[in-house]
Amino acid sequence: MSTADTLQGFKRDGRVVIVGASLAGLRAAEALRDEGFTGKLTMIGDELGEPYDRPPLSKQVLTGWVPADGTTLPRRRDIDAEWLLGVPADGLDLANNHVRLADGRTIPFDRMLISTGVRARPWPVEAEAALDGVFVVRTREDAAGLQRAVAAGPSRVLIIGAGFTGSEIASVCRERDIPVTVAELAPSPLVGGLGAMIGEIAADMQRAHGVDLRCGVKVTQLEGDAQGRVRRAHFSDGSAVDADVVVVALGGIRNTEWLRDSGLAVGVWGVACDAGCRAFDLNGLVTDDIFVAGDVARSPNPMYEYRFISLEHWANAVEQAEIAAHNMVSAQADRWPHLSIPTFWSIQFGVNIKSVGVPTYADEVVVTQGSVADHRFVAAYGYHGRVTAAVSFNNAKWLDHYRRLIETAAPFPPPCPTPDQPLDAKPVPVDFPGPTLLAQGATVVVTGHDPGERRVTAMRQHR
Amino acid sequence: MTTTEAPDILPRILDYSNRADPYPLYAELRKTPVALQEDGSYVISTYRELSGILHDPHLSSDVRNLTHPMPAMQERGTPSFINLDPPEHDRMRRLAMRHFGPPHTPGLVTGMEPDLTAIVAGLIDDFAGKQRIDIVDDFAYPFPVTVICHLLGVPREDEPRFHVWVNAIIDSIDYNPKTDPQEKLENGVQATKNLRQYLGGLLELRHGHPGDDLLTRLANDNGPDGRMTDAEIVSTANLLLIAGHETTVNLITNGMLTLLRRPEMLRRLRTEPDLVVPLVEELLRYEPPVHIIPWRAAYSDISVGDTVIPKGSQIMLMLASGSRDPDRFHDPDRFDPDRQDNQHLGFGSGIHLCFGGPMARLETQIALTALVHRLADPTLVTDPPPYRPSPVLRGPIHLLIDQN
Repeated sequence: MSTADTLQGFKRDGRVVIVGASLAGLRAAEALRDEGFTGKLTMIGDELGEPYDRPPLSKQVLTGWVPADGTTLPRRRDIDAEWLLGVPADGLDLANNHVRLADGRTIPFDRMLISTGVRARPWPVEAEAALDGVFVVRTREDAAGLQRAVAAGPSRVLIIGAGFTGSEIASVCRERDIPVTVAELAPSPLVGGLGAMIGEIAADMQRAHGVDLRCGVKVTQLEGDAQGRVRRAHFSDGSAVDADVVVVALGGIRNTEWLRDSGLAVGVWGVACDAGCRAFDLNGLVTDDIFVAGDVARSPNPMYEYRFISLEHWANAVEQAEIAAHNMVSAQADRWPHLSIPTFWSIQFGVNIKSVGVPTYADEVVVTQGSVADHRFVAAYGYHGRVTAAVSFNNAKWLDHYRRLIETAAPFPPPCPTPDQPLDAKPVPVDFPGPTLLAQGATVVVTGHDPGERRVTAMRQHR
Repeated sequence: MTTTEAPDILPRILDYSNRADPYPLYAELRKTPVALQEDGSYVISTYRELSGILHDPHLSSDVRNLTHPMPAMQERGTPSFINLDPPEHDRMRRLAMRHFGPPHTPGLVTGMEPDLTAIVAGLIDDFAGKQRIDIVDDFAYPFPVTVICHLLGVPREDEPRFHVWVNAIIDSIDYNPKTDPQEKLENGVQATKNLRQYLGGLLELRHGHPGDDLLTRLANDNGPDGRMTDAEIVSTANLLLIAGHETTVNLITNGMLTLLRRPEMLRRLRTEPDLVVPLVEELLRYEPPVHIIPWRAAYSDISVGDTVIPKGSQIMLMLASGSRDPDRFHDPDRFDPDRQDNQHLGFGSGIHLCFGGPMARLETQIALTALVHRLADPTLVTDPPPYRPSPVLRGPIHLLIDQN
C-alpha cells in the first residue's frame, strides 16, 4: 500500500487520541473534523465538564461579572468524539501506541496529540498551602473559590508573585477597594515577561492604585490560626503582613510527568516538537505519530533563530492546535509550519496591555508612540538591531504594524518619526532578571560510542 | 517593483461615467499596488498594502503634514478627529466614544433597536398603495437621517436646511484643482461654515441643560479627559452628522440593489433571518458605501512593499479595491454571504476604523430585513440605477423599484 493510501485510510477510519481537553485539545479536534478526519476521536482530560476558557478566570470571573461555570468554550462544530474526562493520563507506550490512564485503562491510537497544558505552581510548603484562604488560580474551581473569598470582603489579600495573573488579581481586588499586598521576588511586576522599563511602569500603576507592592522580597512563611485559616505572612526582609486571603501566583508547571518514561523529549520546559508540532523523542529525532500543541509544547521558531520557545498564550494554543491537526492528516509535503507571531493580552488597573512577538527575545526597548505618563503608549523591542516584539498600553490598534515589522526583520530602533513619538525616545537596555533558561539543569545524559549506538537517556529531575 | 505610473486609470475611476461599475478599473489599478501619480501623490489599491498602511503610525490624517496642503482645508475650522493624529485624535475620539459605545456606554446601539425597527416600519407603511418606490428618497435616506438627528439632538425638521450643506460638502471632498471649477470648492467651504454655525447654535442651548442626546452630553461632559471645547464639539457633531447620513444611505441602497439583482438571495433572506448578519458584512466588502480615503499624508518616509513613499506625500487609499483583491479574497467578484474569513475594509481599519460602524451595521440589518419581508415581489426599474456624483461615497442617487 502506498503512503497516500495509508494516509487516506487513516483519515477515513484511523484512531486519534487527544490528551488534554482544554482550549488546544478542543480546537485541534474541531480542526481535525474540518480537515475531513472521519475516524475515531477520543478526548482525554483530567477535569470534569466541558472545555472552558481560562483568561476570564483572573478577570471577569473574579469580579463576579461572569460566573465561574460561564466560560465554557463555544463549539465551532460537532466533533463526534468519545470523552474520557475526570481521569488523567498516566503514561504513553510508544511501542504499542496506547495511552495509559490513571485508572489502568489503556486507549490505543494511530496518532495522538499531547495538549496537557500547564497547572498552577502550588505554594511549596504543603502544610501552608493547605491552609484555608490560600488559593491558586488555574481551574474554574480555583476561580470560584477565590471569587467567593474576595466577595466576602477580606481584610487584606496577599498576592505572591506579580506576573500577569497576580497583577490582574491585584487589580480586581483594588477595584473592590480591598487592601492588597503584592510580594514579588523580582525588582518589579511583569519584569520577567516585559523587562525592567515596563516593570517600573507596572509598579507605578500598582502603587497609584493603592497596592502595597513589595519587590525584591520572598515570602518565607504562611502562618495559620488554630482553625487552620491563613492569617499572616512573613517576608525575607523580616517584615510581616496580616492577610486572610493569600493568592499564590507563581506561574505554572507543565504537565509532562505522565510522559516521563515515554521516550519523548520532555522536561520542565515542556514537550519538544518541530515547527510542525511533531514531538521529538529523547534523542532529538522527530516522531511520526505524536503531535504536541498549546502551553505544553516547545518548538523552534524560525523568526527567533530557531530557538525552542514555549508560550502560555491563548492565541498560540489555538493556532498551534490547528497546525497540529492539519499536519496529523497531511502527507509530509503538505504539512504546515507553526509560524505565527505570538500575541497576548492582559487587563489590569484600567489598562489593556497587549503584546506581539517575543519581548524576552530582546536586548533593547524604546517607547515609539504615545505617552508613558498617560499609560497610553507602544514600546518596541529590538535584538541586535531588528524589531522582535512590541508591547502596547491602551494602544493596541497599532500592533498589527509592529507584527509586520517583526515579520520583515525591520531595523531597530524604527528609524522614521511618527506623529506622537515621545521627544526623548531613546532605546534602553531591556534588562530581564536572571538567566532563567540556563538555570534549569541537565535533563539527559548521552551514552554509546559508535554513531549507530549513541543514545540519550533521561535523567530524573532533582527539583 | 510596486511603483510604476499608471497614468490614466485613476482619472477613469474618478470619472462619473464609470461610477456604476468601477470594479474592472480597480482590477487594472491593482496591477500596480502602489501607483505614483503625475502630481506626486500615491494610490494604494491592494489589500495587503492597504491593511498595512492603515496600521502604520507613519501615515498621518492631518493635512498639515502634506508638502502641498489640500486647498482650503484650513478654512474649514477646527479639524474633526477623522483629520487628526494621535494624541489629539485619540483624545477626541475617546471623548466622543464615551457617549456612544463601550466601555462607558455599552448598550446604546443595541438599545436603539426597537426605535430603529419602528422608524423602518413607519417608512414602509408609507409605501402602501404606491406601485413605484424610490428606495433612496422614500427609505434609505430618511431612515438614517432620522436616527442620526435623534442621536445627536438635531431637530429632524431642520433637515432641508442642512441637507443642502451636506451635499455641497460631499461634492467638494474629491475636489481636483486641475479639472474642477473653483466654485465646487468654495461651495464646500461655505457649506462647512454654514453647517458649523448651525451646529454651534444648537450647542449654545445645551450648556447646563441635562439631556440624553450626544450634543448635550458632550456639552456637559466631566470625564477623566475633561470636556471638548465648543469648537471641538461642533467639529465632532459635523463629522457624525455627515458620516451618519451619507454613508448608511449608500449601504442600504447598495444592499437592496445587490439583492434585487439576485432574487434567489432575496428569497433566502426572507426564510433565513440570521443570514442578514453575514450578508451585511459581505455587502461591506462587495459594495461598500465608502470607496476611497481620498487623502492621507506621509508623516515621514513610509515603506509600502518595496516602495518608499517620501515624507509629505499625498496618499490615496482605494479601500473598495482592496476588498475585491483576489490575493486576499477567494472569487472576490462573487457576492457570497456565506464567505468565511471576511475581514473587509468596508469600515477602514486601524485607529480611524469607522466610529459609527456598529450603528450602520444594525441600521442596515434592520432595513434590509424589513424590506425583503414587506415588499411584494419587488423588481428593479433601471439597472444600473443613476449614481451620485461622488466616487468617494459611492451609491445610487435613486433606486426605483416596482412592487406588484
